[in-house]
Amino acid sequence: MVSVCFYFQVHQPFRLRKDYSFFDIGANHFYEDEDANREVCNKVSRKCYLPTNQAMLELIQKHKGKFKISYSVTGVVLEQFERYNPEVLESFKRLAETGCVEFINETYYHSLSFIYSKPEFKKQVIKHRQKIKELFGQTPKTFRNTELIYNNDLAKFIEDMGYKTILAEGADQVLGWRSPNFLYQPAGCYKLNLLMKNYKLSDDIAFRFSNRGWNEWPLTADKFARWVHGMSGNGEILNLFMDYETFGEHQWEDTGIFAFLKALPEKVLKHRDFQFITPGEVSNYYTPVAKINVPYFVSWADIERDLTAWIGNPMQNSAIEMAYAMEKEVMASKNQELIDVWRKLLTSDHFYYICTKWFSDGDVHKYFNPYETPFDAYVVYTNILNDLKLTIEQLIHQQ
Amino acid sequence: MKVLMFGWEFPPFISGGLGTACYGVTKGLINNGVEVTFVIPTRRGRENADVRVLGADEVPLLRIEEIPFIRDSKLMKKRAKIIGISSKGPVSPYYTSKGSMRYMKFDASYAAKTRRVATRINAERGSILEFAGNYGGRLFEEVENYGAVAESLAFLENFDIIHAHDWITFPAGVRAKLISGKPLVVHIHATEFDRSGENMNPHVYNIEKYGMQNADKIIAVSYYTKNIITKRYGINPKKIEVIHNAINREKQIQRYNIKKKNGEKTVLSLGRVTMQKGPDYFLEAANLVLKKIKNVRFVMAGSGDMLPKMISRMAELKIADKFHFTGFLKGMEVEKIYAMSDLYVMPSVSEPFGLTAFEALLYDIPIIISKQSGVSEVLRNAVMVDFWDVKKLAGTMIALLENDKLARRVVEKCQEEIKNISWNNAGYKIKKLYEALV
Repeated sequence: MVSVCFYFQVHQPFRLRKDYSFFDIGANHFYEDEDANREVCNKVSRKCYLPTNQAMLELIQKHKGKFKISYSVTGVVLEQFERYNPEVLESFKRLAETGCVEFINETYYHSLSFIYSKPEFKKQVIKHRQKIKELFGQTPKTFRNTELIYNNDLAKFIEDMGYKTILAEGADQVLGWRSPNFLYQPAGCYKLNLLMKNYKLSDDIAFRFSNRGWNEWPLTADKFARWVHGMSGNGEILNLFMDYETFGEHQWEDTGIFAFLKALPEKVLKHRDFQFITPGEVSNYYTPVAKINVPYFVSWADIERDLTAWIGNPMQNSAIEMAYAMEKEVMASKNQELIDVWRKLLTSDHFYYICTKWFSDGDVHKYFNPYETPFDAYVVYTNILNDLKLTIEQLIHQQ
Repeated sequence: MKVLMFGWEFPPFISGGLGTACYGVTKGLINNGVEVTFVIPTRRGRENADVRVLGADEVPLLRIEEIPFIRDSKLMKKRAKIIGISSKGPVSPYYTSKGSMRYMKFDASYAAKTRRVATRINAERGSILEFAGNYGGRLFEEVENYGAVAESLAFLENFDIIHAHDWITFPAGVRAKLISGKPLVVHIHATEFDRSGENMNPHVYNIEKYGMQNADKIIAVSYYTKNIITKRYGINPKKIEVIHNAINREKQIQRYNIKKKNGEKTVLSLGRVTMQKGPDYFLEAANLVLKKIKNVRFVMAGSGDMLPKMISRMAELKIADKFHFTGFLKGMEVEKIYAMSDLYVMPSVSEPFGLTAFEALLYDIPIIISKQSGVSEVLRNAVMVDFWDVKKLAGTMIALLENDKLARRVVEKCQEEIKNISWNNAGYKIKKLYEALV
């Protein structure tokens, strides 16, 4: 039996006010660009979340339990749904009720905390786990880290926290000659399963679907199913990991992405040796074929598949180090509101906006970047951190 | 160019802040070739050596019914002679000729009021009014009387433009305009909102607004003041030009509601962020200062092609909690950043002059400039370093930040040195403003 494992990432950051200036430091404690956040959330809900959730629900009903999917929905986007689009939350709850949908655990704030503070990382993971339990009635057994950032240490940490499965990018520098289409185990772990993204087939949908310059365009469900079935005999599990916004937002409706999605499960299931599973179910069917050693961090971003989208340039390093350097003081304040504000500032997107790589990935960066330049993003971010720092200092002083 | 200027203070007769400012403006104008007649309530018999000053208590009042209005001031003098009175004799403007009707229409109620007041005051031909010329209990009465004198002066004096300083002289300015038909500039050094906050005197407010409305142009001493004039008095911002005087730092700090952490100081560098301005030397020196003293912040204000590099370098130095970028600033933002600053640094590599150093002094801030800037030739008392000598620059910053007395001495000595230049600078701008109106 060969399994297809879909996992979709659902995330929207709390964007910051682009006009937050030096003069606001010490005077203005409202950091969020509420208008932009509401607008984006409304737009993406309309174009992607609502119609795609509806399509998924219909597919699950149509295939009577044979079509299964998984999501990682960040805490920060859940908060925005609660605030701006409760109907999206309701539609995710309906999906959860089908029993065919697994909700994956990550850091609540979609942060890089594992790299900078293990205690903070753990708190954010637990916070996200509780949120999922509360909203969808599941206790997650699968973990994925922000942007599929992964290494041996992370896997060990996650195993120790009691998780059964972890997801990672099937990056070339990690796999080498090996195929991503098997179940693996992280080096140093004894229980944890490792699923590795098949970036070739995942990106055919996520990035290339509407690319008319691509020699496989147009991509039909038939063609894609044929590629999937081609795995028969040389793989056990196909991990298709992608941003959920692929449907309707990155690939617009008029590209035919919804028709493709609606047709695909049937085409895949036509071959009786193929089935859909969720990450939490892998151990029912497979045992790891080998250990994978990942001493250095990998991610699913850009062509480097490393951390350079978020950290590496001096501004990114300065910003993120300054943010995490405040952890002790923030926690000491014992002010839950301030702690939440600080945590929202840890969301990885803020550092992504400060990225200065302007080669082939520049376009993607630009698409997601509300700022005109990474320098602007850095100045706004540090202005806000400085204000938060002052606020906390004052609070501690008063106490 | 001849200007008839109305003020309430003028050194050495009475000199508060307003008097000093008026003296500066007058000197600046004279140095730019403008002839100034400065009117104050009373000279008490004393003279000012280099400015023609008239006391309102020396001007005989004219009678209202006798003299028809004539626009041309030369003709007015002639007319005075024709009807047999010298310019010292009793003559009085009258609002019935064609020209004057235009002004009556312009504000008929005011004209009527003026006539009534003037008539009351001018019970006696050629009478002289007495002025205390202070801000005492008879202030409103004196303001009215001063206006009546202005009518006579408008008739007797020969001038191209009228310039009135602050509300106390606005009735005078407007009446002189009504009589002469010459353009009026009102100069706002402080508004009633500055003086009294929300508890302002409505009578003063009305006079201010009346003056602003009837002026052809308004000079505001700061963008802050301009903002008040547009917001509180409903004046079209296009009518207002900002020309800075010397600025009181404490006042600015109050105005912009600047609160600082206990003892924390701010060091500013403002200007285009380009190679020529030496922003990199400022940044590197700041980094050295931060290694020695903690209670200090640095601000690089401005934009330019080197800004990204500076931001990146600052990040590399990991001083983001102490070093800030504002981008390009204008108007009130510039005033605010100066008000927040305790030290100004201009490390220019090459600078023909360096106006921002002047500006900083105008805002009462001690400065450090590079020996390579043109302004260093004028400011012999300024603290100077070679732009490339980052260590020296850092050491000097620390010295000025830690020694308030030294910093004050630097400001005062430099301000003394540039007094004339800043007056001339303001005078030049005001002259240009006159020329556009005449």
